[in-house]
Amino acid sequence: MAAQEFDLVVVGSGPGGYVAAIRAAQLGLDVAIVEREHLGGICLNWGCIPTKALLRSAEVYHLAKAADQYGLKIREIEVDINAIVKRSRGIAKQLNAGVGHLLKKNKVEVLMGHARLLGGGRLAVEVDGVSVMELSAKNIILATGARARDLPGMEADGKQIWNYRHALVADSIPKKLLVVGSGAIGIEFASFFNELGSDVTVIEVLDRVLPVEDEEISAMAHKAFEKQGMRLLTGVQVKGLKKAADGVTAAIETADGKAETITVDRVIMAVGIVGNVEDLGLENTAVKVDRSHVVVDQWLATGEPGVYAIGDLAAPPWLAHKASHEGVICVEKIAGVADVHPLVPMNIPGCTYCHPQVASVGLTEAAAIAAGHKVRVGRFPFIGNGKAIALGDPEGMVKTVFDETTGELLGAHMIGPEVTELIQGYVVARTMESTEAELLHTVFPHPTLSEAMHESVLDAMGRAIHF
Amino acid sequence: MPITITMPALSPTMTEGTLAKWLMKEGDPVQSGDLLAEIETDKATMEVESIDEGVLARILVAEGTEGVPVNAPIAILLEEGEDASALEGVVTTPAPVAAAPVAPAPVAAPAPGAITAPAAPVAAAATADGGGRILSSPLARRMAAQSGLDLVALSGSGPRGRIVKADIEAAIAGGGAVAAAAAAPADAAPTPATEASPFEGEFELLPLTTMRKTIARRMSESKREAPHFYLTMDCELDDLLALRKDLNDRADGAYKISVNDLVIKAAAVALMKVPAANAGYSTAGIKFYKTADISVAVASERGLITPVVRNANGKGLEAISKEVRELAQKANDGKLMPEDYQGGSFSISNLGMYGVKQFDAVINTPQACILAVGAGEQRPVVKDGALAIAMVMSVTLSVDHRAVDGAVGAQFLGVFKGLIQDPLTMLL
Repeated sequence: MAAQEFDLVVVGSGPGGYVAAIRAAQLGLDVAIVEREHLGGICLNWGCIPTKALLRSAEVYHLAKAADQYGLKIREIEVDINAIVKRSRGIAKQLNAGVGHLLKKNKVEVLMGHARLLGGGRLAVEVDGVSVMELSAKNIILATGARARDLPGMEADGKQIWNYRHALVADSIPKKLLVVGSGAIGIEFASFFNELGSDVTVIEVLDRVLPVEDEEISAMAHKAFEKQGMRLLTGVQVKGLKKAADGVTAAIETADGKAETITVDRVIMAVGIVGNVEDLGLENTAVKVDRSHVVVDQWLATGEPGVYAIGDLAAPPWLAHKASHEGVICVEKIAGVADVHPLVPMNIPGCTYCHPQVASVGLTEAAAIAAGHKVRVGRFPFIGNGKAIALGDPEGMVKTVFDETTGELLGAHMIGPEVTELIQGYVVARTMESTEAELLHTVFPHPTLSEAMHESVLDAMGRAIHF
Repeated sequence: MPITITMPALSPTMTEGTLAKWLMKEGDPVQSGDLLAEIETDKATMEVESIDEGVLARILVAEGTEGVPVNAPIAILLEEGEDASALEGVVTTPAPVAAAPVAPAPVAAPAPGAITAPAAPVAAAATADGGGRILSSPLARRMAAQSGLDLVALSGSGPRGRIVKADIEAAIAGGGAVAAAAAAPADAAPTPATEASPFEGEFELLPLTTMRKTIARRMSESKREAPHFYLTMDCELDDLLALRKDLNDRADGAYKISVNDLVIKAAAVALMKVPAANAGYSTAGIKFYKTADISVAVASERGLITPVVRNANGKGLEAISKEVRELAQKANDGKLMPEDYQGGSFSISNLGMYGVKQFDAVINTPQACILAVGAGEQRPVVKDGALAIAMVMSVTLSVDHRAVDGAVGAQFLGVFKGLIQDPLTMLL
C-alpha cells in the first residue's frame, strides 16, 4: 500500500488542530487532518460552546424571573430542560458543520478515523481498529486534546455520576446535585443547575473556590454563589461515592479530619483533565509523556524530530484559545515564517462563565508579591459604574495589579457582568507591554462596563473618580 | 532546484548588515567565485562571492537595505537548465522572507510621505525603518530609562524586532556594556535633531551610513559616560628625528619608519612600564590588559576607524611600520575585518600631519586612555637658563577617571616623554 504523502498531518480537529491545519494551508503546505469523532473537537461539540448555550438559557431564565424589577410582568415561566439541551446541541452541530466548511475551503484533506504513529514520519489511519490508509508526513502535529479525569472508584457512569459530557445532555434537572471540583467546568455547571432550581453543593479540595483566580475574586465569587443558594464546601475531600437506587451518597472529609456524608440525586465530577496520549503509537517514537501530557519545548516540538504537540495534550493552561495560538505558532515555525514568537503564558486570559462571570490575565496579587514585585493594586466595584447599575447587574469588581517600580500591568482580575468580554482590553495591554501610563491615557467609552477598567487603573494611582 | 543565497555572517558576532551594493543584476550569468554583492557591517565592507553557478534570477533585497538579518535570503540563483517557472515554488515557499511578496524590495529612498512598515527581510532589526525609529514597548522604554540603558545599543526580540521587557532584562543581567548610572534621565538617549527650523539655510542631506551611525553612537556614549580629564606635555623630538633618519638611511627601501611609528612604539613601551594605564573600564571591574594593543586612529574616506596594532610592545619598529601601513590601506578600502579593529587596549590619534599643535581626543571606550599627538615643530625652549630652538611635539592624554587616576596618567606621560626624548632607551 503506497502511503499518501503530506507536508503536514494534524491529528485531532479541535480548536488547536483545525486552526493549525488552516494556517498551514494558508502557507501553502499540503495538509491532512485526522479526526476520530467530530470536527471541532471537544471545544465546540462538548465544551466551550454548548456550555455557553446552556448558560445563556440560565441567564434568560434569571432575567425573566427578575422581570418585575425591570417593570415587566411575566406570569408563567417554565423550564424545559430538553428544549434547552436541544438548543445547545443544535448550536454545536451548526459550528461543527462550519469547521468542515472551513477545512474544505482551505483544501485541507479531512480523514475520519483514528491516527496511529508508526515512526519515521508515517501514520496509519484506522477505522474500527483496522488500518485503512497509510500516510507519510514531513511534519506531524498531535492535537488530540484531553478528557475528564476520573477518580478511582468514582468513575462517571452517565447515569448517577456525570462528567461534563453527560451533564451537557442532561435529561432532567437534578433535585439535589453535588459538584466535585470548583474550577471553571465545575462552577459553570453548578451555576447552570443552581439557576434552574437544583439544590447544589460544590466541594473543593483547596481552600477556596476558583482556586486559580486572585484570592479576593475567589472570596467575592464565594459570597455571590452562596447568596444564590449554593452550598460551597472548601478544604474538603471526597473519600467515596456510594450508589443506590434512590441516590448517591458521598463520604467527605473536612480539612480538620471530620467525616460527613451528603446524599444527592446526581454527582458531576469536575476534578481536572487527562491528556489523550493513549493508543496513538507514541511508543514508536521518541515523544516524551509526563503525567498524561506530551512534553514540548517553546516551539511545541516533542522529543521526536518532526512531531509536535499542541493544546490540552501539551502543557497547561488547558484552554481552547491557547491551543489555537500554539497551532499557529507551531505551523509558522515549521514553514519557516519570519518573526514567529513563542506564546507568553502570562498573557493568556482565563474566563469562567458562571454568574457573576470571572475573567483574569497575568499574575494574581499574591503571585506577584511572591515573585518579588513591589505591587500597586487598584480596585473598582461595579456598583460605581453607571452602565452596570442600568443593567441591574452591579455585583463585582475590577482589580488591577501593577509593579510599583516599572508600572508594568502584572495582572488584571475581574468579576461581574460581561467581564469575559472585557478582559481582552487588559490582554492587549499586557501583550503590548503597556504601563499604567498608556492605560490612564486611554479613553474608555461612556457609558460602558469598561469604564470600571479605567477606574481600577486610576485607583491603583490613587485617583479613582467615581468611588 | 533554484539556489537561495542568504546574507552571510562576516564575523562571529554579526547579526545583521547593510546590503550596500549589488555587483550583478538580475539575468546575469554567475560563475563560482564571482562577486555578487557588497555587504556593509558597522565597520567593514565585504564582498560576497558565489559558491554556485547559474543565473542570478531574482534579487530579493534591494541595494541600500539596512539591517538585513544574517541568513535572510537575499537572492535566488537558477541552475543550468532551469527557467523562471522553477522560481515559483521557491519564492512562495515560506522562507524567512515569508509574507513579503518578492516584488522589488524596499529601496533606500521611499516615496515622499510613505511611512510603511519595513519589509520582511529587514524586519528583525529594531531600527528597521529609514527614519531610525526604534521599535520598543512602553514598558521596555521605561525600564531602559530607569536602568540607564540606551535602546540604540539593544536588539529587540519581539514582533518586527521590537525591544521588549525580556531584552531589557537580558541586557541588565548581562551587565550591558551601556549600563550607566541608575538615575540617567529618560531622554538621555541622543535624539537626532531632525525637526527642521524655518530659519535653516539650504542643505543637502546625506543619509547616515552604518559606519557614521556607529561613530555617532560610540563617541556620544564615551563623552556621556566616561568622565574625561586631560594631561598635556611637550616632548623634544631632536634625538628621535636623528634616530629615525639613521634607521631609514639603513633601510635601503625595505622600510620607512615614521614619527608615528616611533610614537606607537614609545607608547607601548611606556604602557609596559606603567601597566595601570593599560586599562579598560567595565561595570564588572577594571580590566588591566597584559599586552599593549594600540588602536591607531585612521581617517579613511569612509570615516574614522581605529585598527589595532596588537602586542606593539613586543614588535620591532619595522614590523609596526609595515602593519600600520597595511591596516590604513585596508581601512581606506573598507576591507577591515572585525578582528582588525576590535579589542585594543590604548588608542593614539595623530593630527600632527595637519599642523595641529595640540588637541584633546575623545576616549575610545571601554579603553581608559587615548593619546592625542600634535605636530612636531620648531619652538623656542629654555635650556640651561638660555633660549634655544628645539623640535617640540605636544601630546595630550585623555583619561577615563573611572578607571585611571590623575597620578597614574601623569606617570605614564612622564615615562612616554622620557622615551621620546631619549629614544634609545626604548631598547632597554
